[in-house]
Amino acid sequence: MAAPKKGRGSSGGQGRPGRALALILIAMVALTGGMFLSGHTTPRLGIDLAGGTSITLKAKSQPGKPEAINETNMNTAVSIIERRVNGLGVSEAEVQTQGASNIIVNIPKGTNSAQAREQVGTTAQLYFRPVLTVAGGAPTPEGSASPSATGSGKPSATPSAKASDPETASDPKATPSDGATTQGRAVTGALKKDATPTPSGASESDAPAATETPDAATAALQKKFTELDCTDKAARAAAGDGVKPEDPTVACSSEGDAKYLLGPAEVSGTDVDDAKAQFDQQRGIWLVSMEFTDKGSKKFQTITKKLSTQQSPANQFAISLDGEVVSAPQVNETLSGSAEISGSFTQQSAEDLANVLSYGALPLSFSEDTVTTVTAALGGEQLEAGLIAGAIGLALVVIYLVAYYRGLALIALLSLVASGILTYTIMALLGPAIGFALNLPAVCGAIVAIGITADSFIVYFERIRDEIREGRTLRPAVERAWPRARRTILVSDFVSFLAAAVLFLVTVGKVQGFAFTLGLTTLLDVVVVFLFTKPVMTLMARTKFFGGGHPWSGLDPKRLGAKPPLRRSRRVNARTDHPKEA
Amino acid sequence: MSRLGNLGARLYRGEVGYDFIGKRKIWYGVSILITITAILGLAVSGLNMGIEFKGGAVFTTDTKAKVSVSQAHEDAVAASGHEAIVQELGNGGLRIQITEVDTKKADQIKAQLSEDLGIPEAKINADLVGPSWGEQIANKAWAGLGIFMVLVVVYLAIAFEWRMAVAALIALIHDITITVGVYALVGFEVTPGTVIGLLTILGYSLYDTVVVFDSLKEGTQGITKQTRWTYSEIANRSINGTLVRSINTTVVALLPVAGLLFIGGGVLGAGMLNDISLSLFVGLAAGAYSSIFIATPLVADLKEREPQIKALKKRILAKRAAAAAKGESAEDERDDLTDDLTEPAGAVVGQRRQPGGHGRTPRNRR
Repeated sequence: MAAPKKGRGSSGGQGRPGRALALILIAMVALTGGMFLSGHTTPRLGIDLAGGTSITLKAKSQPGKPEAINETNMNTAVSIIERRVNGLGVSEAEVQTQGASNIIVNIPKGTNSAQAREQVGTTAQLYFRPVLTVAGGAPTPEGSASPSATGSGKPSATPSAKASDPETASDPKATPSDGATTQGRAVTGALKKDATPTPSGASESDAPAATETPDAATAALQKKFTELDCTDKAARAAAGDGVKPEDPTVACSSEGDAKYLLGPAEVSGTDVDDAKAQFDQQRGIWLVSMEFTDKGSKKFQTITKKLSTQQSPANQFAISLDGEVVSAPQVNETLSGSAEISGSFTQQSAEDLANVLSYGALPLSFSEDTVTTVTAALGGEQLEAGLIAGAIGLALVVIYLVAYYRGLALIALLSLVASGILTYTIMALLGPAIGFALNLPAVCGAIVAIGITADSFIVYFERIRDEIREGRTLRPAVERAWPRARRTILVSDFVSFLAAAVLFLVTVGKVQGFAFTLGLTTLLDVVVVFLFTKPVMTLMARTKFFGGGHPWSGLDPKRLGAKPPLRRSRRVNARTDHPKEA
Repeated sequence: MSRLGNLGARLYRGEVGYDFIGKRKIWYGVSILITITAILGLAVSGLNMGIEFKGGAVFTTDTKAKVSVSQAHEDAVAASGHEAIVQELGNGGLRIQITEVDTKKADQIKAQLSEDLGIPEAKINADLVGPSWGEQIANKAWAGLGIFMVLVVVYLAIAFEWRMAVAALIALIHDITITVGVYALVGFEVTPGTVIGLLTILGYSLYDTVVVFDSLKEGTQGITKQTRWTYSEIANRSINGTLVRSINTTVVALLPVAGLLFIGGGVLGAGMLNDISLSLFVGLAAGAYSSIFIATPLVADLKEREPQIKALKKRILAKRAAAAAKGESAEDERDDLTDDLTEPAGAVVGQRRQPGGHGRTPRNRR
């Protein structure tokens, strides 16, 4: 027996199965270890299985727009909130309307519900408005408005400058890099200016000067501006309430240290195509970069062109979000295409803003009505019944496999276990990582995945048996069957994966969650067959039990009805093996 | 079991085999019949969309009910005649959602619930809820489906050929129609679980078809270089060659689902699982059936129209006729022919097999 073994080893097949197995075992151990280390030893479960938090949002009626709370707006709000809470599509949150003016948001257990609450309620009405006047946050005694204003306020809020030294109060245009078009740089210019400790630059900005043809409305607005107290939180939030985008307005900086008189909105959040949170390495701050739609890009070009010719502070535009000015960069040249918002963002707030900008602004503003926990939608007893039934089904699968494949069933079951461990640990780890939550349909999908995974082994086993029927001994049969089985497995798994990928990219909500599960199990199927089943099969073929075709190995040539080989001495080999077996 | 094992061997050698292609018209007929029934069922009874799609009524209580959540669920189902979603809230109250009902019925349910749960009617707040699976999700799912179908046809056309792509698509539509039809006939409420189940079927149906096609493609490589077997004959061999795999895979995939459906749903009364497991069960069975009985015969039909394959068939038939004319007895000729058919026929390329004398092909048995 020793001699043939050496021979087999030299054929090159020996080292590789070991390596592949080691690889997958290491992966399994690492994932399991990671799972225990992270403390998340169970996958997060969806609302149907584990319950969660239920938030009821009430639409705020808006003065002057009683008809705003209607079905269309409510449905739009539902779909926007849905996308916000399901950012990655796998968190299984549910959003639905209740009555005429409420929205219920159900979030599975284990989600950061504070953050979720923040996100669902944020209106995210974003506007780019030209700045007419700037002043300090406190109500301004007549006349003295300007000086204190600029120094304290915005500036800190608008750090964007990639290129320039923020300390420089000098002409922004001096920065060489300004030639490039990105908005960030323009913003930079503004920053520098704002960041200047000396309020001097701002002093000349007599706000009123910027305002042309003062009529009654302007006067009223001016009065409002003068009286506005941005240091008061409530007043800050209420400053821009009920103002239409096409009207001028007053607004506070989000820090409350500056107030603005703003012109009509020129560009709005709906002109934003995509937004991302980014970390600026040079400045060490978080910012949100936006891509405009074509239309938005044109509008942005127009406004920046106009502003770049103005004097400070009228050459600033304010980025106002939900009525508060997040930043107010200065514009030195015409810009288009994209823009950055830099304010005093943390990573979290930058991501939240990017998220809401990407998914759109809510047509209504909401207040939180109630927050409560909810139990699983599926009764515990039902779930138990389902689990028992599933277990019985699986036991039947095992019985069938053993009855049909005998010893080979062991390999199939080991492979299924390997696949199960990988799936479970990855799902458990994805819970905290991307908010993945497992719901009942996903569990059922995973059960069907057993069939698809098992099919890979079955295809391979049948190929091997076909080869044995040809009169080959097991070892060559295992190797010859592999390339063909491999092709079948790859081609068919590719179709499944294609389905998963397309559905994941295109759809939202539960369908996306399903697509994710399908894609994951399909990938793991390939991984397990390549790195586990095949190497184990190769190794097993060397054992006496399998290689010798023991009647219980499932590979007994006689049982398989192998033909007496035509060629050479195969039969002889088989015969010599048999006695040893017995 | 050993008989099964032998069956595998005999199928492999072609000692036994079912003439799937030759009898395709029967199976086409069966499928058309089932499909028509399914479509009729769909048209007549329609799909019973659940609360997740249509919205409905929600009853909220502020105080704790005297019964357990699962008892409340049973009560709600009994009171409304529909599947209900019952959740316990943080304050101990219940939230019960029931699919679309009219106001009168809602009042009735409210009264019934008040009695069952032991909560005064005034303490039950009734309201309408919108769908949690809105139109937008549905529309996007349709869009995704459309894109996927186009891509998969393109992929199959490249990896295999357009005929197989078409046949796979027809088989897929066949499976989905049957599943949806059965669903309509059984009358279960459609839930997100049902939809997910259908999507799973979509993946599985194509997967299964591709596995069979892969062996078909392998079997028909270099078909024009020989003059012994027609395309249909080889296709039939391929199906028979993968039959054991098909049966085993189907059994392994169906057993757990059958467990959920019949034991879980039927015996243990886990009603919520029925919707998913029914769509999975019907779909998986239809998917396995259509790969063999519909998709492959369709490919053979399409293929036989190709000029090359047509010419091949002509040559083969001429050759066989010539052989017959050579004066061999009819009986002998038949045996010869059968021998040819029992040959591996390239079902697995590169096999060398001696012609065995076991003349028991379908053709012969007929």
